[in-house]
Amino acid sequence: MSAAEVHMALAGRRQREGRRVVLALGGLVALVFCLVFLTLSCGRGCLAPADLMAALLGHEDAPGFIVNDLRLPRAALSLVTGLCFGLGGVAFQVMLRNPLASPDIIGISASAGAAAVFAIVILSFDGWVVSAVAVVSGLVVVVMIWALSSRRGAAGARLILIGIGVSAMLDSVTAYVLLEAPAWDRAEAMRWLTGSVNGAQMGQVWPVLGALVVFGGLLAAVSRDLDILRLGDDAAQALGVRADGTRLRVTVAAVGLVAFATSAAGPISFVAFLSGPIAARVMGPSRGLLPAAGLIGAVLVLAGDYVGQFMLPYRLPVGVVTGAVGAPFLLYLIVRTNRNGGTI
Amino acid sequence: MNVMAKARQLTAQELSAGYDRRTILEDVSLEVPAGKITAIVGGNACGKSTLLRTLARILQPKGGSVLLDGKAVHQMPSRAVAQVMGLLPQSPIAPEGITVSDLVGRGRHPHQGLFSRWSAADDRAVEAALEATGTRAFAERELDTLSGGQRQRVWIAMALAQETDVLLLDEPTTFLDVAHQIEVLDLLVDMNLARGTTVVMVLHDLNLAVRYADHLVALADGRIHSEGAPEAVLTEDMVRAVFGLECRIQRDPISGGPSMVPIGRHKSQLA
Ligand SMILES: Nc1ncnc2c1ncn2[C@@H]1O[C@H](COP(=O)(O)OP(=O)(O)O)[C@@H](O)[C@H]1O
Ligand SMILES: [Mg+2]
Repeated sequence: MSAAEVHMALAGRRQREGRRVVLALGGLVALVFCLVFLTLSCGRGCLAPADLMAALLGHEDAPGFIVNDLRLPRAALSLVTGLCFGLGGVAFQVMLRNPLASPDIIGISASAGAAAVFAIVILSFDGWVVSAVAVVSGLVVVVMIWALSSRRGAAGARLILIGIGVSAMLDSVTAYVLLEAPAWDRAEAMRWLTGSVNGAQMGQVWPVLGALVVFGGLLAAVSRDLDILRLGDDAAQALGVRADGTRLRVTVAAVGLVAFATSAAGPISFVAFLSGPIAARVMGPSRGLLPAAGLIGAVLVLAGDYVGQFMLPYRLPVGVVTGAVGAPFLLYLIVRTNRNGGTI
Repeated sequence: MNVMAKARQLTAQELSAGYDRRTILEDVSLEVPAGKITAIVGGNACGKSTLLRTLARILQPKGGSVLLDGKAVHQMPSRAVAQVMGLLPQSPIAPEGITVSDLVGRGRHPHQGLFSRWSAADDRAVEAALEATGTRAFAERELDTLSGGQRQRVWIAMALAQETDVLLLDEPTTFLDVAHQIEVLDLLVDMNLARGTTVVMVLHDLNLAVRYADHLVALADGRIHSEGAPEAVLTEDMVRAVFGLECRIQRDPISGGPSMVPIGRHKSQLA
């Protein structure tokens, strides 16, 4: 190939890449939009789009209560928590170069969940304070896992095994607190054990949306450095990326996202874990992995919730549905990783 | 290679460095000749990588300093250093499924701002790097599908795309067959001649180090044993002290310089 041909080939490829990223992300946004629409308009029966619009606009004769007070908060909570879990999950997976190192496998979701339950049930906190407690507890667990697996960034099997152990311990804390709870409520318990958007209210949505803006923004700001960090610490630092600083910011952002989402909807099983690998399949090695994973997270929660509500013989919370999808994939990854130590 | 390198003064002053409480490098003072090729040789685990990592601002020294044009690199912002000095580490990691041109493009990172888009200068640098390393033909292939030698040239292309005035390379020829070793070293000389890039490389093959370097540094146990013109540094005493190996020095019929022939316990005709 001549220089000019190479130039054309590279420029052409970048254009195609760019188009591909836009197309894939556009497709995912459209899918999310369809699922939101589905959640808003369909329950046992479906509303006509005109009736849905009328209800959203607050017309007198429209089914306003069902749409605005039941379904809209549910769709909104599914959307924002899905985005948070997807983004937080993929950030950890990329940073630690291991799909098993997602926050819901290594105990961060579990710790945020346990802290949130403790804060709500025992301390009677609510709102932002619960989320803040969850964030702090998530960070504490990260530091603990880091220390126990003797630091040095990379995601050895050690870090993951320790994380799984910590996760199991914290899940039992959650179960214990729920048993001790004065008003035993099965729905509430399911929320904290597997994650659920049942009975969602707009009041739960706003803190998560805030977290999405703040921590998602932080993640976006470090995403290029995070991408360079995949070349290894030395190569990244030689390219002007501060490895520890980048890891710290990614960790804070991801824990913030996961903890806020968890304190609103519980640790919706495996959404953080599944989103990144699915997004990697959708996007290929091109850019746009982070936003794609966020959108996949939203798709998983919205679709999982719809399936759990209306497409199974029993009504199940979303976390049970996503858990049923995620568990086999976890097994598959463990088998595959044992063979070749795969990356995301 | 259209952009000429500036001659940069890279010096280490009484440098000591290590990991945790363990000190590896002790009292290393070094002046890297600007615009020349310097080779660092020494036994396994004597601190060659540690020295390169400290020079490249990756490792914080325990004592002493590294100066780039008189400024302490460990006080400079990492991006500013990365625009002037690059390092190809001993074992970089390739993200799964990445294509050659994508990987080479990563070398442009220190020249790009948070929001700045890919520029024409980035394009030119990547194309020049592909051209110089002879990797143009597989620019669109995935890195995983290439041979070891091709892959190493791609990593070097990434370092070239960074367009730094100083380039540090940690064992760029290890794992390559002899033909590819020569190819990589020739490529580094090409670049040094064409751009005036200052090159510092760790090499395992003493004879190739002597042949290709303008300046040779022999490191033993974290200290500089000797340094200077390769003809002066490569002596039987140096090889004995640094590698614990007996040898004869003879003339390299190709370069006309010295060359080392090792003496083992077997297969020797010496009396
Ligand atoms: N990241 C690290 N943490 C702790 N010790 C290290 C690290 N890297 C290297 N070392 C130790 O420092 C010594 C020198 O290593 P290195 O500079 O890599 O040697 P060389 O490159 O000359 O083979 C070795 O004993 C090695 O075990
Ligand atoms: Mg080394």
